[in-house]
Amino acid sequence: MTVVSVKALASVHRSVARSRRSRGLWLALLIAALVVLTILSVTIGTRDVAWAEIAAALGGAQETIGQAAIALRVPRTLLALLAGAALGLAGAIMQGVTRNPLADPGILGVNMGASLAVVIGVAWFGMASAQAYIWSAIAGAAGAALFVYTIGSLGRGGATPLKLALAGAATSVAFSSLVIAVVLPRGDIAGGIHAWQIGGVGGATYDRVLPVLPFLGIGFAISLLSARKLNSLALGDDVAAGLGEHVAAARAVASCGAILLCGATTAICGPIGFIGLMVPHLCRVLIGVDHRWLLPFSALGGAALLLAADILGRIVARPGELDVGIITALIGAPFFILIVRRQRVREL
Amino acid sequence: MQPTIERLALNRRRRTRRHRTAVLTLLILVGLLFGLTLSVGQSIVAPVDVLRILIGEPVAGASFTVGQLRLPRAGLAVLSGLCFGLGGAAFQIMLRNPLASPDIIGITSGAGAAAVFAIVVLQMSGPMVSLLAVGAGLGVAMLVYGLSFRNGVGGTRLILVGIGVSAMLQSVIATILSTAPSWSLQEAMRWLTGSVNGAQSQQALPLLLALGVFGGVLLSRARDLDALRLGDDTASALGVRVAQTRMVVIVCAVGMIAVATAVTGPIAFVAFLSGPIAARIVRANGSLLLPAALVGAILVLAGDYLGQVLLPSRYPVGVITGALGAPYLLFLIVRVNRTGGSL
Amino acid sequence: MTDHTLVATGLSAGYDGKEILQGLDLAIPSGRITVVVGANACGKSTFLRTLSRLLAPTKGHVLLDGASIHRMPARQLARTLGLLPQAPIAPEGITVVDLVSRGRHPHKSLFSRWTRGDDEAVDGALAATKTFDLAERPVDELSGGQRQRVWIAMALAQETDILLLDEPTTFLDINHQIDVLDLLTDLNRERGTTIVMVLHDLNLAARYADALVAMAGGRIHAFGTPEEVLTEDMVRKVFGLESRVISDPLSRRPMMLPIGRHKMAGNEAA
Repeated sequence: MTVVSVKALASVHRSVARSRRSRGLWLALLIAALVVLTILSVTIGTRDVAWAEIAAALGGAQETIGQAAIALRVPRTLLALLAGAALGLAGAIMQGVTRNPLADPGILGVNMGASLAVVIGVAWFGMASAQAYIWSAIAGAAGAALFVYTIGSLGRGGATPLKLALAGAATSVAFSSLVIAVVLPRGDIAGGIHAWQIGGVGGATYDRVLPVLPFLGIGFAISLLSARKLNSLALGDDVAAGLGEHVAAARAVASCGAILLCGATTAICGPIGFIGLMVPHLCRVLIGVDHRWLLPFSALGGAALLLAADILGRIVARPGELDVGIITALIGAPFFILIVRRQRVREL
Repeated sequence: MQPTIERLALNRRRRTRRHRTAVLTLLILVGLLFGLTLSVGQSIVAPVDVLRILIGEPVAGASFTVGQLRLPRAGLAVLSGLCFGLGGAAFQIMLRNPLASPDIIGITSGAGAAAVFAIVVLQMSGPMVSLLAVGAGLGVAMLVYGLSFRNGVGGTRLILVGIGVSAMLQSVIATILSTAPSWSLQEAMRWLTGSVNGAQSQQALPLLLALGVFGGVLLSRARDLDALRLGDDTASALGVRVAQTRMVVIVCAVGMIAVATAVTGPIAFVAFLSGPIAARIVRANGSLLLPAALVGAILVLAGDYLGQVLLPSRYPVGVITGALGAPYLLFLIVRVNRTGGSL
Repeated sequence: MTDHTLVATGLSAGYDGKEILQGLDLAIPSGRITVVVGANACGKSTFLRTLSRLLAPTKGHVLLDGASIHRMPARQLARTLGLLPQAPIAPEGITVVDLVSRGRHPHKSLFSRWTRGDDEAVDGALAATKTFDLAERPVDELSGGQRQRVWIAMALAQETDILLLDEPTTFLDINHQIDVLDLLTDLNRERGTTIVMVLHDLNLAARYADALVAMAGGRIHAFGTPEEVLTEDMVRKVFGLESRVISDPLSRRPMMLPIGRHKMAGNEAA
């Protein structure tokens, strides 16, 4: 080996060590941000509450209105963290599985699939329990994901970003028009469905969050464990197969995790878009493309972003509040367009 | 080899004849549906009486129903259908993708968001809402065009940017609706579903203007549009000014669709489905624009008739076209992706 | 066929503010076959796109018979200068004869009808490219070689005196490559059409070109007959490759044999 390549090797080693250190740094920063946001989320709201009251409320007291408000903010914060983490992680998985920079549960129509399933369940089968909501949302999400991915990857070139995004957008439009057709003749349920469709994390209670926890837990576990598989898939199906990966199975397992996550989230929060799109892109800029790091970072980043969006929604529209879904859409859509503009046309 | 030129000429004449037959058949269908809407509803008016009313003679017990209720309704259905069909097909041909219709790339949701904002937040009603919707539809189209501009406008980039903008506008609509008091919610929802209920004859005027001006320009550019289907480079090599043609088509198609949306609300999927349905009817026999416009008129007329007369409870036409269009749309995506995606 | 002059003067062009062509001068020989070669990303496609008005130059001009093509009416230019792009798109289900008829577009105005002359042009194009038997078949069903001949037929139906082609042989099997190049040579001989094309294969370029253009770094590195241009020195400078240039025993044109680190006679034994 020549002198030059030894030097090059040494510099590679140094840069690897540096990137490890910087990952640690970013991780610490992200966790610190989460802590700060959590504190802000509990203290900031449409009603100003004094610190003493907050402390008392966290201790369990519920005597004043202020303390009662805090008691509502805690589960809300919890839900925002969980939902954000789930959506961020699901987005990272979907982008990995489809090798597609535009993959997102909202863009790919997965959220709308969950909505349609829930609406049909309520309108035609008289569904009312939380458990039934969750199961039907997950079934709808899975059906939509499978459908969109299948039709998006038909034909020449496989699942290109354009074909997937169009298939997702068209499926969304079709599903939402079916939702209207199902709901419209049923004036009795229209109000409830509408409130659910707007969703958000505002109305969270422990009772509503609890049933969804096992689903989210399994979803997180499957997703985080498929990091290595996604690293192989990132090299293309043929190379992944050459590396000994069972491509179809890897894809199916990872997708299951993502579908559990976004189905369960949609069941309690309604559709929230763009978190799954933005977070993985930002994380990739910070810590690179290794999914073993990217997936946990996306989860933490998603939690931070959704919580921040929720806090923002409480601040900008005082004395009312803006739903978190509109905040993420207003930030996310320009981000989406930015990604589209940065891609070379030929790749699209 | 056979006397080739004769055979070619013969086949060309045959194709032209087939195209003419298809257009004529569609025209007759529009006429039949129009007549049906006028004569058979909750009450039945004999065709002879309908004709007498149309030429201005009074017919006892039917003049009001046919002349004041059904005629404006059927007229509006035809005109808006023509606008949606022609505008949508022009868009799809220009971007070489049937899925790239105004419903998907944000123009419809732009008009919708503006209308909902006007109704719920500004508490407007009537023509001001329509005007705002037209403006917003054009504005969103320009925004999408501008945002996708980079060394010229790539069709792919335009579609994707449109999807992003549309997603944002949808959530704006949802948010406004969530804060709406119930009375304006009703109004906004009615507008959003798209219908020709309560049609009045003066509403036809903007549609006629849009058809005359924008539709005329579009039809005069039919040959350039057709060349665009071969790809920007080939079209340019054939002497088409690609950027200019694209601009003209966008302005005209968006103008037509925005005006129609402002008058009737976004009637789901008519702009989307007219082109592909027309393509299946005329095949490669000639220009798609005129047949697509006629198919649009048929869709709105038939959808409205179905929703008003044939079903047990009444639905606005937008719900009918939405529910029936959705499965066809899904089928279309499958077909388009399998075959590579041109119209 | 009338003689035309097609000249690039001080031509600079590029994408995203990056200049790929840097002040390029070239006069295309009329009635001849000119082939452009060069390494990837040397600007040969950009040159062809600028030459055909698909891309506007940032500096300099492309002059057709002394007039800048970027200021000429598009339709008028398209009656003199045709282009076959690298990846043309065939609408779904279109038949061969219909596609070839599209080549008549620059000869039609808003109200003009299809004439017997149009039929003759289309017919001639189909015959010249031996695609007449395919005339009624959908383009999607054809093989790569057949499809390329159909596209050339469309460009022929356009009846231009100058035809530009961007890598017309890419993705074709070797027999179809020869087929297409022979067809273009026929066209040049029989109709006197000026042909300018980008080719990837140096040896095919040298065999079929009357004039060879070697590009490097957005400039013309060498221009002349194949014998003048295809030299060991040029291959070293333009492609960064050591080579031996011999005379092709079939065509008597120069032929390049690359020199690698292995499998050279006398080298393997050691």
